[in-house]
Amino acid sequence: MKALQNIGLSLFIIGLVIFISLIFVGKYNLTNETFEQFVKDKGIKSELFINDMKTKVVDKEFSNPFSFSSEIISSLEAANETHKSNSEWGKVIWGKASSFTFEIAKSSGYGIVRDNKWLFWFLTFGLGILGSLLYIIPTVVTGGTAATKNNGVWLNPATNRGWIGWFAFAFLVGFYMLLYFNPDYIVNWVYIVDPISISLSGNAASQWFLYGLLYCTVMTVMAARMYIKYRHNKYQILRTTSVWFFQIVFAFLIPEILVRFEKPWYDFKNAFPLDYDFFFKWNLDELIASGGFGLFVLVWGIFLTLVIVPVMVYFFGKRWYCSWVCGCGGLAETLGDPYRQLSDKSVKVWKYERYIVHGVWVFAIAMTALTLFTYFSGVQQMLWIDMLGTHLIKTQVVQDAYGFAIGSIFAGVIGTGFYPLFGNRVWCRFGCPLAAYLGIVQRFKSRFRITTNGGQCISCGNCSTYCEMGIDVRAYAQKGENIVRSSCVGCGVCADVCPRGVLKLENGDEEGRISTGPLTISKTEIKLNSNVL
Amino acid sequence: MSDHVVIIGNGISGITAARHIRKKSNMKITVISKESDHFYSRTALMYIFMGHMRYKDTKPYEDWFWEKNRIDLINDFVTEIDTDTKTLKLQDKGNLTYDKLIIAVGSRPNKFGWPGQDLDGVQGLYSLQDLELMEEKTKGISSAVIVGGGLIGVEMAEMLLSRDIKVTMLVREKNFWNPVLPVQESEMIAKHIESHHVDLRLQTELSEIIADENGKVKSLKTSKDEEIPCQFVGLTVGVTPNIKFVESSKVHWQIGVMVNEYLESSIPDVYAIGDCAEFKKHPTGRRHLEQVWYTGKMMGETVAETITGNKTIYNPGIWFNSAKFFDIEYQTYGSIKNKLEENETEFYWEHEDEQKCIHIVFDKETRSFLGINAFGIRIRHNVMDRWLASKMKIDEVMSSLRDANFDPEFYKLHEQEIVDQFNQENNTNIQLKKKSWKRIFSRS
Ligand SMILES: Cc1cc2nc3c(=O)[nH]c(=O)nc-3n(C[C@H](O)[C@H](O)[C@H](O)COP(=O)(O)OP(=O)(O)OC[C@H]3O[C@@H](n4cnc5c(N)ncnc54)[C@H](O)[C@@H]3O)c2cc1C
Ligand code: SF4
Ligand code: SF4
Repeated sequence: MKALQNIGLSLFIIGLVIFISLIFVGKYNLTNETFEQFVKDKGIKSELFINDMKTKVVDKEFSNPFSFSSEIISSLEAANETHKSNSEWGKVIWGKASSFTFEIAKSSGYGIVRDNKWLFWFLTFGLGILGSLLYIIPTVVTGGTAATKNNGVWLNPATNRGWIGWFAFAFLVGFYMLLYFNPDYIVNWVYIVDPISISLSGNAASQWFLYGLLYCTVMTVMAARMYIKYRHNKYQILRTTSVWFFQIVFAFLIPEILVRFEKPWYDFKNAFPLDYDFFFKWNLDELIASGGFGLFVLVWGIFLTLVIVPVMVYFFGKRWYCSWVCGCGGLAETLGDPYRQLSDKSVKVWKYERYIVHGVWVFAIAMTALTLFTYFSGVQQMLWIDMLGTHLIKTQVVQDAYGFAIGSIFAGVIGTGFYPLFGNRVWCRFGCPLAAYLGIVQRFKSRFRITTNGGQCISCGNCSTYCEMGIDVRAYAQKGENIVRSSCVGCGVCADVCPRGVLKLENGDEEGRISTGPLTISKTEIKLNSNVL
Repeated sequence: MSDHVVIIGNGISGITAARHIRKKSNMKITVISKESDHFYSRTALMYIFMGHMRYKDTKPYEDWFWEKNRIDLINDFVTEIDTDTKTLKLQDKGNLTYDKLIIAVGSRPNKFGWPGQDLDGVQGLYSLQDLELMEEKTKGISSAVIVGGGLIGVEMAEMLLSRDIKVTMLVREKNFWNPVLPVQESEMIAKHIESHHVDLRLQTELSEIIADENGKVKSLKTSKDEEIPCQFVGLTVGVTPNIKFVESSKVHWQIGVMVNEYLESSIPDVYAIGDCAEFKKHPTGRRHLEQVWYTGKMMGETVAETITGNKTIYNPGIWFNSAKFFDIEYQTYGSIKNKLEENETEFYWEHEDEQKCIHIVFDKETRSFLGINAFGIRIRHNVMDRWLASKMKIDEVMSSLRDANFDPEFYKLHEQEIVDQFNQENNTNIQLKKKSWKRIFSRS
């Protein structure tokens, strides 16, 4: 069994190494023909750029994506600079430079990877999947009997912020940086998923398709781990199945199929304000342009946020979304599960958490208000006057800032990249504006609570340690108090790891939900209540 | 009041007393303890060893808590109490005077004078230092023997197995943990322990521990004259109050510090709580020593009341406790002994997987509910407390069973099976009621 696991681990590492090295493989040659087509498709009017490209890039061979992309970007920047200083606004090439170069690179790469997409898919994805499963499945036997087992979690460098954790951190951060800011370096990764993309939506893959597929793959493999680790706990099994299903079907398959039928890409479960660009002009325009379907999506999106989300939170707590439906939650509860103990439990961090997450929520709402104002009034900017003076606020700038700071850096680079250092819910805890909204409802108007079982708590600390949201569950449990916290995502793991059966997630009458520690001494003769100091 | 309260021992009882005194008064509070700078959860020792938690995760309060709440902490060992001058002698930091003294020094593992009990590689498990020692002594070893089949013994077995160390367990009684458990549960748990590859030897005692040429444990001889090779011996045959330093004082002691129902010792202004307190007469007629977490907590709360002016009798209410045997959780409420009393009768249900059982004892005549053991099924404390306090009739207990279940959502429930069996055995026709939030949370 152990040998099988070692083989699995080796295969996984080989797959990973091949995956990383693909960045450095292959050559790039932008043919004149392709370039002309590209210029036509994009409606590029800058002859400066076109000529510069023709002398420096077109029909030349580049042996790596870095020099290729830097040549293109320097042509682009030089041209834009000249046009801007000459006020030739029509000739400026707008948009994100890296997306621009990604498209060129995607059509210019050639070599072994592009010629053998399936082979390389197998050598990366395939070996990764096979290796991980070979590692994970034998834990049915090697991992001991069916019960909560956290042996060695804090002794293992992968899960105690040791060197493997740091390596995973570097890999994840690197991956997200490339994905968001340098997709032009990873066209080889995108090639290998082309065949799958074409079979689904009919289009070649983009970096986002690569991301989606990788996300689903990782979640599937790690869901297998969840099934084994929590095979004694039906709540965990059902919850894992649910998040997995919503990711695969709602976030991945349905949107791709919509595209195949020439409808806008839409994830029906992704609620605003997590889906922060739902009200952006391009999205609204696209929805409205796609007729009845678009209109349906528009109504659904609004209904989801305003009605379904709060009503469901009232009945079941925010867990129905965060631990049963959400894609971010889905990754956190599968890939992230081994890292849950790394979340910080201190009161200080709890304080920061509240400022930050509610801050993001305010930011999201304000940005959306501004967006809608611009949409309906056509005014592109607003004057804002406060103590610091008068500011000109451009809607576009605010949206870009949000997209960059929250959408990319926070949700991606930090949110997932930091799993191995700060636990698996970094984004959900500190950054997600939807979580903030759900949390407010959960805290003040919900039937959900975690009941503490009288005086049975022995203050051992397992619950707090394994709470991914950094809630100090023990602080409540040892006082005999129920846990009613806005941030609790109802993952149920505190109740699972408690060795004394003290905690139970339940939806019950609102009355008595927030109890004040009754039962350290049961008799009425002395009324002792155990609130903390 | 600005009396100076000094508490010896920063365990659950001492710390609970300190917190509650602070909540109710402005007294100066000093806690002296030698084992650790801060209060940590002793019950979590096994989880540190097994890598579930770090030491710091076992501390229920962050380190800033003490200063913020003006609870002074001194890390030192008290060597003597002079009750005439109200002075404590500390090992390193000189003398300290008190106005009120709370002795909350806990226990230490029992040793019964076996040959070889002090050899290198032989130890009990009570303190952080014991844990460190165990860490050191179990490095690279392959087999161990645990003497005694109590709760700490089982924890130690689980700890050792988590490091792939072979474990043999010697238990004096015919059944596992039989001084406490009825035989049915005893047998079920014994099977479970064996299923985890523990070599469980019942009716076997330690007769001698044998050393190699370096004074290290080499093997152990049992009362059945078998010799078991091993490199580590865990002694888990119960604990005894850790009160050696009290013996030279005027405070009356026997096994523990003798206290009355107010937790007052024989000397005014000196109290004892937690594991080290021994009742002359227990207020609710239970055993004279209560060495569990919850009672330490309750004694701490009670003594805080008394010291802050509201003289209060220690009244822990209805007995409850819990533990875990490898994968099986155990909860108990009320009184259920290893043998039925004259007036008692019982109902026992066991799941076919041998990982769950319910054992209920009730009065033959009055049919009042007296106590319950639950293994592998979680039970609601407040519901049990109410049922037991009101001496609810067994028939009503059975029909309301659904209110008592505390298992996680979606778990398979067994109430119907349990009631069916009860009906069959007792010729009754009890119908299960639907779960009711109203009943669960009603206070009366
Ligand atoms: C491994 C283990 C697991 C357990 N699990 C459970 C469980 O699951 N459930 C349960 O109910 N109970 C459990 N117990 C028992 C429970 O931990 C004790 O009943 C409880 O900790 C006693 O608390 P206390 O405050 O009386 O004393 P302690 O926690 O022992 O604290 C006393 C402190 O005083 C210090 N001290 C002693 N003498 C002096 C001195 N002269 N000067 C200065 N300091 C001194 C000691 O070093 C110690 O730190 C367990 C015990 C152990 C060892
Ligand atoms: S409190 Fe419990 S259920 Fe809530 S997030 Fe933390 S571990 Fe999960
Ligand atoms: S895990 Fe259970 S016993 Fe331990 S501190 Fe949490 S609630 Fe208490």
